Amino acid sequence: MSGMILKGNTGDWEIICGLEIHCQIISKSKIFSGASTHYGADINENVSFVDAGMPGMLPVLNEECVRQAIKTGLGLNAKINKRSVFSRKNYFYADLPQGYQITQFEYPLVGEGAVKIDLEDGSSKEIGIERIHIEQDTGKSIHDISPTKTFLDFNRAGVGLMEIVTKPDFRSPDEAGAFLRKLRTIVRYLGTCDGNMDEGSMRCDASVSIRPVGSSELRPRAEIKNVNSVKFVMQAIEFEANRQMQIYESGGEIEQQTRLFDQTTGETRFMRSKEFAHDYRYFPEPDLLPLDLSDEFIAEIKSGLVELPDAKKERFVQDMGLTPYDATVLSEDRETAEWFEKAAKGHDAKKVANWMMGDFFAMLNEKKITLAESPISPENLGALVELITSDVINGKTAKDVFAIMAETGDNPEKIVEEKGLKQVTDTGAIEKIIDEVIASNPANVEAYKGGKTNLMGWFVGQVMKASQGKANPGVVNKILQQKLL
Amino acid sequence: MSELTKLTIAQAKECLKNKEFSAVELVEAYAAKMDEGRKYNAYVCETVELAKEQAKQSQIKLDKGEGGNLEGIPLGIKDLFCTKGIATTACSEFLKGFVPPYESTVSAKLLADGASFLGKLNLDEFAMGGSNETSAFGPAINPWSKDISLVAGGSSGGSAAAVAAEMCAGATGTDTGGSIRQPSAYCGVTGIKPTYGRCSRYGIIAFASSLDQAGPIAKDVRDCAIMLNSMAGYDAKDSTSAKVDVPDFEKFLGGDIKGMRIGIPKEYRVDGLDKEIAAYWDKAAEMLKARGAEIVEISLPHSKYALATYYIIAPAEASANLARYDGLRFGNRVDGDTLDEMYINSRTNGFGKEVKKRIMVGTYVLSAGYYDAYYVKAQKVRRLIRNDFMNAFEKCDVILTPTAPVAAFAVGDKSMQNDPIAMWLNDIFTVSVSLSGLPAMSLPVGLNKEGLPLGMQIIGKAFDEANLFKAAYALEEDANFKGAK
Repeated sequence: MSGMILKGNTGDWEIICGLEIHCQIISKSKIFSGASTHYGADINENVSFVDAGMPGMLPVLNEECVRQAIKTGLGLNAKINKRSVFSRKNYFYADLPQGYQITQFEYPLVGEGAVKIDLEDGSSKEIGIERIHIEQDTGKSIHDISPTKTFLDFNRAGVGLMEIVTKPDFRSPDEAGAFLRKLRTIVRYLGTCDGNMDEGSMRCDASVSIRPVGSSELRPRAEIKNVNSVKFVMQAIEFEANRQMQIYESGGEIEQQTRLFDQTTGETRFMRSKEFAHDYRYFPEPDLLPLDLSDEFIAEIKSGLVELPDAKKERFVQDMGLTPYDATVLSEDRETAEWFEKAAKGHDAKKVANWMMGDFFAMLNEKKITLAESPISPENLGALVELITSDVINGKTAKDVFAIMAETGDNPEKIVEEKGLKQVTDTGAIEKIIDEVIASNPANVEAYKGGKTNLMGWFVGQVMKASQGKANPGVVNKILQQKLL
Repeated sequence: MSELTKLTIAQAKECLKNKEFSAVELVEAYAAKMDEGRKYNAYVCETVELAKEQAKQSQIKLDKGEGGNLEGIPLGIKDLFCTKGIATTACSEFLKGFVPPYESTVSAKLLADGASFLGKLNLDEFAMGGSNETSAFGPAINPWSKDISLVAGGSSGGSAAAVAAEMCAGATGTDTGGSIRQPSAYCGVTGIKPTYGRCSRYGIIAFASSLDQAGPIAKDVRDCAIMLNSMAGYDAKDSTSAKVDVPDFEKFLGGDIKGMRIGIPKEYRVDGLDKEIAAYWDKAAEMLKARGAEIVEISLPHSKYALATYYIIAPAEASANLARYDGLRFGNRVDGDTLDEMYINSRTNGFGKEVKKRIMVGTYVLSAGYYDAYYVKAQKVRRLIRNDFMNAFEKCDVILTPTAPVAAFAVGDKSMQNDPIAMWLNDIFTVSVSLSGLPAMSLPVGLNKEGLPLGMQIIGKAFDEANLFKAAYALEEDANFKGAK
């Protein structure tokens, strides 16, 4: 049980929370117009006449946006609806050129689904997806250029969005956080959304209500809109749940309402109540046909789907012997996962994983570079591990080789060859060094034989030093044991 | 010179081919008529100099023995079609001065086929009306007016008046509930609303998306066929555009109608139907019968719900289509202290009474609590109305009805203006067809005792303009209306 229980004066309360996440669809053009979605263009550079809501203009559906949404639905284990219908959501605002948003109301593209989230205590929980639909994004209002005027940038107007609605299955801020991180991973894996909450390409509304523990009622909820980071979503849920508890405990009631989250104070603020909620007058969009998908179309997308994080993690654990923790870390990001798989191919996967999670990530951090910029290729890391596994070099030498690889990008075989770093396994040669060490340290030999067995480590160290670190430590140990009997 | 304007498009094409006069001379002839006919207020914007330039270009082609379907033919364009670089106002204060930077698909096709544009034609504001009296430029006057000014009909009053007064060789119109057919009947000219989806709506200022259709208004059936050949065709920029081939509509003219079954809907014999109109209706049926057609009584049982259905659906779609007229990005803005104030001021100032009325009705029928009872119900009844036609067309090939219950009435007729229902009843024979998406044509068959033209309407199956043109051509020949003027 991972739910957060609020301890009130009158009893315990549990949190009921659902999320609505708007994800900008990765596509070249907007969902109903051919204008570019390219981020970072000049103000009002990517605006077609359709986006600007000019007289006589008509929407045309972008097939790529449909594919992306289907991919996402499949990634969330959801049902793809073969027929969906576009609707007009009518209201007036400066960032909405048509005076209505084209969305899907009664018949969304994607139906129910489920996502497994892993919680910090090691348990996992299934979060239900209610639906996903596709719609237009609005333009951007810029209020802070002038004290008396608001400026409008319509580059974003008409960009495709997927609206993902979960069931109210969250019982704690942590669960919501875990879900958002998982969702982000999934859409980035699929390449359907870049999940950048700070850039606004993924936005979250959280609906929060509370109820006494043991009750099954659903009390009125507050919808907290447009929270733009996972951390803030979690903060907002916690604050709001406590706020509602205080009201209930002092005998008050909660009305269905919309609120905003203030990042500086960590509090939610009232925006509008249900009475003043817009009547959107939804009706089917007469300028677009209903979307009818064939089984073949959906099957084709399904067959082309990349392996998703859950499946990858499962395979890393089952087939490659990684610990669940390592598997989670290495499968979190598709780029990382694929890099790892390349490195591990044909080599000891567990060892490769250890090297990646340890020295390799540390190196990237130190150099402040990304995986893509790594001087060491995945094949070369794999080769390095291979050299260790086949006893060509020992662990210590490997670290030196790694350091050289990080500077030069060379492959490890070449480095070992050039620098003559091959491990010495020749027992004769090692024996010779051991004999010299024993001969030069009679006092310690005496002490060891007299009972100070922890001196073994010292002896091994001396032999390694004398061999410039190249001796195979396992062999050294074995021979030393024999000689010091 | 004025002889040139008497020619039909078919005749003018022949004469141009035979070099009997030049394309520029033809424009000049029409320009002279435009001067004479200014009292009809058919044109709200004249572009004679442009037409002459276009004619010059046409002449170059004609001299080479080349040329498109309408090479050198001067047309008038209803001011609802966005014409690039030419003021397009929808005859609304809101759009006075608006010059679109894009061309509607239909007008682009006419230009591509060699037509020249004499100017933009008057209409009821935003195509909402049946008399062209709601125009911000004043009413279009029927050229058949004698002592009292009569309405030209609506909404394409300017188009019908211009053709009737020989101020253009042909004109474009749009028809949502009868706006091509009714003014054609009032002005003694011929017009066709093709099947929904035949002509692209891209660039036509939208009134009711699921009903609007472009079509030609011309001197006779053949001219309508020639114009429709150029206007029709699939357009990827209009998602409701039909992917059907465009036949050469001209080739159906003169086809034998022996055995063609002519349906006469018994419900259209309304109480108090004007006796003269009823007489012409009977006469038209007799004429077709004399050619071997079979007269069949059919029933369209849901006819009596058509007006109510139309006046729920059309305003509903219009209320959303006109939401983009907010003064923010184009059009005539009237500033306010807040965004809402600016919206209210601009729209109050920019829209006429009829438009406001329809926006309010449309908003109401979509609003929470009323959507199911009005809008959804109306869409269901619409299906029943369409089914009536589908069933009827099992017994007949085309349907014959009067176009309008009255002849052209006086401008400013208070009994019409003060009683919106009386005005809306004008549409009684035409709206069912629009609701069903079917093609229908109006052609003049005779004069009433006041010497005003009366029109008959022929309705066809979806995409069966072929039979429409066949039947209409036969009826036109027999009615011999041209002789009557």
